[in-house]
Amino acid sequence: MPEKTLDLIEPETSVKILKLTGQRSLRKRILDMGLTPGTKVEVMRRAPLGDPVEFKIKGYNLSLRKKEAQTVLVETVE
Amino acid sequence: MTKKITVALAGNPNVGKTSVFNAITGSRQHVGNWPGVTVERKMGKRTYKNIEMEIVDLPGTYSLTTYSLDEIIARDFLIEEKPDIVVQVIDATNLERNLYLSTQLMELGVKLVIALNMKDLALAKGNRIDEEKIQEFLDVPVIPTIASKGTGIESLLDAIIEEASKARTNDDPLSYDESTEGRVHELEMILKSDQYFAHYPSRWFSIKLLEGDENIIKKAQESEKYTPIREILRKTDADNFETKIADQRYSTIQAMLRQVCDINTCHLSGSDMVDRVVTNKLLGIPIFLALMWAAFELTFTFATPFMNMIDIFFGWLAGATAEVISTEWLASLVGDGIIAGIGSVLIFLPNILLLFFMLSLMEDSGYMARAAFIMDRVMGRIGLHGKSFIPLIMGFGCNVPAIMATRTIEDPRDRLITILVAPFISCGARLPVYVLLAGAFFGRDAGIVIFGLYALGILVAVLSAKLMRTTVLRGEDAPFIMELPDYRLPTLKGSFIHMWERAKIYLKKAGGIILIGVVGVWLLASIPAPGSGGIFGSEEIYGSTDSLVGALGHLIEPLVAPLGFDWRIAVALVFGIVAKEIVVGSMGVLYGAGEDEQNLSNILAAGAMTPLTGLGLMVFTLLYVPCFACIGVIKRETGSWKWTLFQLVYGTGLAWGFAFTLYQVGSRTGFLT
Repeated sequence: MPEKTLDLIEPETSVKILKLTGQRSLRKRILDMGLTPGTKVEVMRRAPLGDPVEFKIKGYNLSLRKKEAQTVLVETVE
Repeated sequence: MTKKITVALAGNPNVGKTSVFNAITGSRQHVGNWPGVTVERKMGKRTYKNIEMEIVDLPGTYSLTTYSLDEIIARDFLIEEKPDIVVQVIDATNLERNLYLSTQLMELGVKLVIALNMKDLALAKGNRIDEEKIQEFLDVPVIPTIASKGTGIESLLDAIIEEASKARTNDDPLSYDESTEGRVHELEMILKSDQYFAHYPSRWFSIKLLEGDENIIKKAQESEKYTPIREILRKTDADNFETKIADQRYSTIQAMLRQVCDINTCHLSGSDMVDRVVTNKLLGIPIFLALMWAAFELTFTFATPFMNMIDIFFGWLAGATAEVISTEWLASLVGDGIIAGIGSVLIFLPNILLLFFMLSLMEDSGYMARAAFIMDRVMGRIGLHGKSFIPLIMGFGCNVPAIMATRTIEDPRDRLITILVAPFISCGARLPVYVLLAGAFFGRDAGIVIFGLYALGILVAVLSAKLMRTTVLRGEDAPFIMELPDYRLPTLKGSFIHMWERAKIYLKKAGGIILIGVVGVWLLASIPAPGSGGIFGSEEIYGSTDSLVGALGHLIEPLVAPLGFDWRIAVALVFGIVAKEIVVGSMGVLYGAGEDEQNLSNILAAGAMTPLTGLGLMVFTLLYVPCFACIGVIKRETGSWKWTLFQLVYGTGLAWGFAFTLYQVGSRTGFLT
């Protein structure tokens, strides 16, 4: 399964989190929001101007800028 | 004898914490700031079954680390003030992430009561929850509430009282893997051997040490026992540990959830369907702009008749009192000074009430987060958050509510920058100045000139924001990690409470500064200049060349002469600090045109001023010191005279620079002279 960063995933695709690569405070905040390794993330849509991106995770909706999504390493799932 | 207890209200953002707070305290609440910061601190009182409860509303947080100001405030309050009970409001539609905070609160060893809010919505979403099982698992009382309707509040209060009378604190429900528990145990032994740590829950403190929490490590370093602590920490990789802890917390919660509820998340929720339209690639921006336009129209157009009524009433009151009081200076002080001053405070009230009503509808319905989502790309370019967009837009109506609207921005630095640049957005009060001057000098092109001024205001605001972001308020952009909460029907009661709170803040905190400013300028305009022989407070002196303000105009004339301004313009600009619309009126007096604006326009066009000076004056009016009301709210919202002064000096400096360049270049090239 190819590894990618979360910002590159097309909308309406589901992925699984492998690793967080951001610096400490960012990583901790992302973790606190529930993006722990192994969690399933559904990419919902991009904002009309292309950034940020909306995700569905643990039953709620979260938006991250591409810059932040880039620090989340994921693999695609069916 | 009534007993007193302190109850802290904790919870994630958007879980209905405010509704619970309102339902418990009703109108017995007051808003202040947390010590040393401008984050809002809401407190309220409730006496129930002879027990007086002081309710403290903590900032909404997802976690209790130290990466955001809100989290630090909440955590410090819980550790330092040790409230008797902590009520965590949990959104029943989003149990998993909400319970993550519960695990941290329990780790802190607080006495916890859970208000399981919005269970009706969870049911509608297809989630059946067995709160008794949650109660069993966590060993804390779980009370279902629908706070927006007031359901379950009494049971919640009963649970608070019962829990407060118990002696025990909760045990940590989570146990981690063996190696973690081993380390935690080792650290706890050390902590318990030193009185210095007695203040802190030892299990929580140990876990935070292992997580590498900077704040906690700093505290530990001050202890004599730091050497053995450091030895243990050296064996731990804090980065991995953090991930491991978060992971284990979530796994425990998941395991519990499988047994307590039946969650059905596969179907598309109503919110997702609304979002398909509202944040749609093509429709998202037009819908956003249409809503902004509607909010703007309602705030400013709908407020206009009320503002006119206030204006007329205070005009009448000033006139009527002047007739009753026979001493001329006293009549003028009361009429032109005090009554006019109170009028200039109250005149913004309709705007503020309407704007905050609208903002609270947008926030409570969940649209505000979508607006930030849509506009973030634009605002991100200048180093700000998507949420900065709405306050800036509101600035076109009036900068005063715009600055108050920055309360929706969480990041303190983003908020400060937005406050500092908001006055450059050309407000409605500056328009009469443009209409007069552009009309007098630019005839058919007046529209283009006025449009250009608005554009200049936006440009200056944007560039200043970018400049401040890279100089005085430098730093990493705050990460944009924002929840898009489910859409909800806002309650009228909630919106009214919100609206009234803001109005109170404005009247109480900004009103005084505005009043002092207005009376100050009245004194300047009424005291005769030394040697002029005029009478204090007489109509002849008021604002004339023989008054103190006239003398001041002559005094500062050399400062504005390089801009092509004479003493009369200087005086008009001093009056403009009271309110921008006064610039036109005082120019009427100073140029001997009386109250007739057409007459003033003709006098100016006939050569009293060159078009170049007129343009310079418009640019200056746009950028220099905002009105007293605006200064008042900048002080109130930044909580700092230093930043208020910074705004005034920065803006006036820019105004001077722009007008200077324009006049010097223009007069040398013969442009518009």
